[in-house]
Amino acid sequence: MSTHIPAGYKWWAGGKSPYNVSYGKLMMWIFLLSDTFTFGALLISYGTIRVSHNYWPDPNHVFNTFPLMGDANLPLAFVSLMTFILIMSSVTMVLAVHEGHKRNKKGVAKWLLWTILGGFLFLGCQAWEWTHLITHTHPVLIDGQIQEIGATIKQNHFGPIVPGLFHNGHQVTLPGPVGFGNSFFGITGFHGFHVSIGVFLNILMYIWTVNGRFARLGHYEMVEKIGLYWHFVDLVWVFVFLCFYLI
Amino acid sequence: MEHATHQIAVSPEITFQHEPAPNTKRIWKTFWILLILTVAELALGLSHYAFHLEGWILLFLKGGMIILSLCKAIYIVSIFMHLGDEVRNLKLTILVPLLLFIWFILAFLWDGVSYRNLRNKFNVPAPTEQAAPHDAQKPGTLN
Repeated sequence: MSTHIPAGYKWWAGGKSPYNVSYGKLMMWIFLLSDTFTFGALLISYGTIRVSHNYWPDPNHVFNTFPLMGDANLPLAFVSLMTFILIMSSVTMVLAVHEGHKRNKKGVAKWLLWTILGGFLFLGCQAWEWTHLITHTHPVLIDGQIQEIGATIKQNHFGPIVPGLFHNGHQVTLPGPVGFGNSFFGITGFHGFHVSIGVFLNILMYIWTVNGRFARLGHYEMVEKIGLYWHFVDLVWVFVFLCFYLI
Repeated sequence: MEHATHQIAVSPEITFQHEPAPNTKRIWKTFWILLILTVAELALGLSHYAFHLEGWILLFLKGGMIILSLCKAIYIVSIFMHLGDEVRNLKLTILVPLLLFIWFILAFLWDGVSYRNLRNKFNVPAPTEQAAPHDAQKPGTLN
């Protein structure tokens, strides 16, 4: 896209919008700015809790499983797949927007369908990851007794190991910091909630494209606005990925 | 205004229409850049697992991952969200408020570190910290 604006053009002289975008698109940008601060506050509070502890779980140990691979140690493999899926769905979304600029109804519908598929795949991966973390139990030493627990918002098994103590062949650990589960499930959950809304909106865009609503209107600007939201969700994942899985 | 004439105006707020891009070359180029940056991030993330890095090198590595993530963010916002193609007024309206994050991150991480220092000075050790000092658990020992 490119815009040809005369040099020295007076945007603030009145009679026109100085932003050169439609009201709806400007409001989507303002909303995304506010949502940036919501996610920023969540991730920064996670950082604050994390640096206030002497011990914090290593993400390479927490996130080392892959569906159908049993107990194989594959650090970061699954989350890499999730990241790739989300980047791919961002690409298909921007291709849908591109077809919208050319007013190609079939092209918009096709790329929107791929984007919706990417969204569902990502949500499916997240559902698997959560289920695995919650239901896969490990022996933990709590109040002098060994208990089998999974990772929830109340407790987790990612604490330091108890040297030399094994239970049914598994290394016993102490309970991990409660803040880890709170932040992980809270923030990835809030992000997943955004993805769900994005999938819903994309399905709506698909229906409106196919039934010719945008063709009658003469433009696909609504697809662009939903596209902005979808890219934002991808953008947030870049930082969730950084804060929880990499650092 | 001559550019507005051969296209249907989307809304009255738009004085100068955006010309649609001729092809998808830029989109795919950005995709490859994002993929390479992600692979580089993963390589850094896995290297501190594989080589048991500590101290300044680990901090340096984490800094590298943060910079790579910021690069990804810039590409997504500028190319995929087309902010790079908007007028300067819109760019500044969106980007300048983000400067608040500089204070936001510094102030709250500082607060967290201070909390840890107070904890270590005055608290009885928490149950998670009784067994070992924080570097006793080397990467690769937890199953």
